[in-house]
Amino acid sequence: MSASTAPAPAAAALPAARADWLPLALVPAIMAAALPLFGDISSWVTLTLAGLAMGMMIFLMASGMTLVFGLMDVINFGHGVFISLGAYATLLVLGPLAAWAHAESLALNIALLLLCIGAGMAVTAGAGAFFERVIVRPVYGSHLKQILVTMGGLIITEQLIHALWGASPIPIPLPQALRGAFVIGDMAVERYRVAAVVIGLVVYGLMHLVLNRTRLGLLIRAGVENPEMVEALGYRIRRLFVSVFIAGSALAGLGGVMWAFYRQTLTAGMGMEVMVLVFTVIIIGGLGSIGGCFIGSLLVALVANYVGFLAPKLALVSNILVMALVLVWRPQGLFPVARR
Amino acid sequence: MNAAIATLPAPRKPRAGSLLLSSDPPRSVALSAILLLILVGLAVTPFVLEGSQPTATAVKICVFILLVASYDLLLGYTGIVSFAHTLFFGLGGYGIAIALDRLGPTWSSIGIGLVAALAGSALVAAVIGLVSLRVRAIFFSMITLAVASAALVLASQLSEITGGEDGLSFQLPPSLRPAFRAFAEPVLGLTINGRILAYYLIFFTALAAFLVLLRIVNSPFGRVLQAIRENEFRAEALGYRVVAYRTAVSVIAALFATLAGALLAIWLRYNGPDTTLSFAIMIDVLLMVVIGGMGTMYGAVIGAFLFVLAQSYLQVLMGAVSRAFEGVPVLPDILHPDRWLLWLGLLFVISVYAFPGGIVGRLRRD
Repeated sequence: MSASTAPAPAAAALPAARADWLPLALVPAIMAAALPLFGDISSWVTLTLAGLAMGMMIFLMASGMTLVFGLMDVINFGHGVFISLGAYATLLVLGPLAAWAHAESLALNIALLLLCIGAGMAVTAGAGAFFERVIVRPVYGSHLKQILVTMGGLIITEQLIHALWGASPIPIPLPQALRGAFVIGDMAVERYRVAAVVIGLVVYGLMHLVLNRTRLGLLIRAGVENPEMVEALGYRIRRLFVSVFIAGSALAGLGGVMWAFYRQTLTAGMGMEVMVLVFTVIIIGGLGSIGGCFIGSLLVALVANYVGFLAPKLALVSNILVMALVLVWRPQGLFPVARR
Repeated sequence: MNAAIATLPAPRKPRAGSLLLSSDPPRSVALSAILLLILVGLAVTPFVLEGSQPTATAVKICVFILLVASYDLLLGYTGIVSFAHTLFFGLGGYGIAIALDRLGPTWSSIGIGLVAALAGSALVAAVIGLVSLRVRAIFFSMITLAVASAALVLASQLSEITGGEDGLSFQLPPSLRPAFRAFAEPVLGLTINGRILAYYLIFFTALAAFLVLLRIVNSPFGRVLQAIRENEFRAEALGYRVVAYRTAVSVIAALFATLAGALLAIWLRYNGPDTTLSFAIMIDVLLMVVIGGMGTMYGAVIGAFLFVLAQSYLQVLMGAVSRAFEGVPVLPDILHPDRWLLWLGLLFVISVYAFPGGIVGRLRRD
């Protein structure tokens, strides 16, 4: 599925990069391993689907960060604030179009969700461009300063959100058609989670296509491997960098919108709260690897759901446990990105 | 990496007092004066300023000086960013709180709690370091963030042990209680009760620990840390095991943070997730160390002092300014007292770009 996004080891011969299938088998293996532990199949299905939906949302939020890290070697600790910003941007749409959320028409509801996503992505893309120019550009090449300065950007932006929209949590309505659950037999699947899975898969598919089937994706992947060489071949790597940063921020905004509708409450700190999960999946996947990030997200969310059901006491630390186990197995993450 | 934070101390000169400061004096008249003022101010606070509020602020300054100085060991001297420093801060607080809560209000409970917390911190720090620092320093930042948040969740969920969200309130040994009288007569017009004793216990412990930290960064070990910060590969090539040094320094920093947490818990007679473990404190520490001056130790004193004062008094000032701009759009909102972090955040970003040595670096240059 995603093996080709993980750069092959340098030793691999040109014609065929060796596919690394082992991590790909992890998710189905975990699902299968969990099945016998559940008494009935319906709770397994419910939890698995819920976990997949959660995983997709985490992936949406994390993908932008790992993309930026992979290409630019920039670690953006302020990524979380783009998630919050995207979430708050839904208010721009939900304000004037509040009636659509309560309309009975499915088309209007879906249109509202898409408009919110559009607004979230537009706002975060703009903020990302500004953030890259003002906050990040002066500190390319120094991880220490990047961490510090992006933390500073995070503090400032979070405070600005407070100043603009107020410090108290804001409830937002989920569009009518996405509330409730599909009930099949004795299995209940929340509608919104289905929507999240669909959107997550579409985004992953699009990213996969762009990265592997277009000239732009080729340049980005080449830039991850060897930016100097790409520059020497006459491409403006800077412009590529900036557009990837903007795309990464917009992805965070998209994730933020989905996450906001899932929680149905907005707080300025919501992005930072979820950043812990984001970091966990990025580390599990291997810094800079999109495919690894996808698998890591699903893995973390599924394990959290299963453990929460089977051994609630352990659920508090299940993410850390998954991360520790993966790092023991592969210290660089599931799909290590070769260069760094 | 950066010339401005990398300034090496002047050659050693055998002078009185230089032993105490580990031959690393402030090297600036203005800085020396400010530091002396802070030291004397903290030493006489209970005698000069009436009431419990100034003393509480002074305790907070002492504790944060120690916490920030130990963080500077990691960030400023070794060049690694940890987000788990509050985890150790919290461990110290919980060590004292749990021991005094369970074993009764005695000095030996304080001892047991402190030793247990120090041992726990050392173990956790060593494990985190060995797992994450092996790969890349940047892993360390992310993993510490994840571990710290897990600790926060654990502390608020395991309510049988930690008291959950409410935290733990406990009694101190009799000689540290307000009713205790050290002397029958007031000294210099001040009745020396248990609270005053507790204050000086904290003040002198923090001072001693700070001097030990200063000793550490000026030891051969400290020099290796700075070498690692400047050029990791070169340090490794010279035969220093970078991973071992980084892990060792993260253990040492954790121990001092634990001590700071214990001191704070002793003063508050309480420990909970919000007082020592929360991520907000981690951000405060980052702000203090960067604004004060990374890699200088004295920056911790200045940063913590300014920050704690700002926390208490900047908001009052901003409230006044905000009211003055009433009616103007947006301005009252961004000048609202609750938005004080916005301005410190801006100061933080400007510090990282323009004054990598923070206030101390600035003062030393003049």
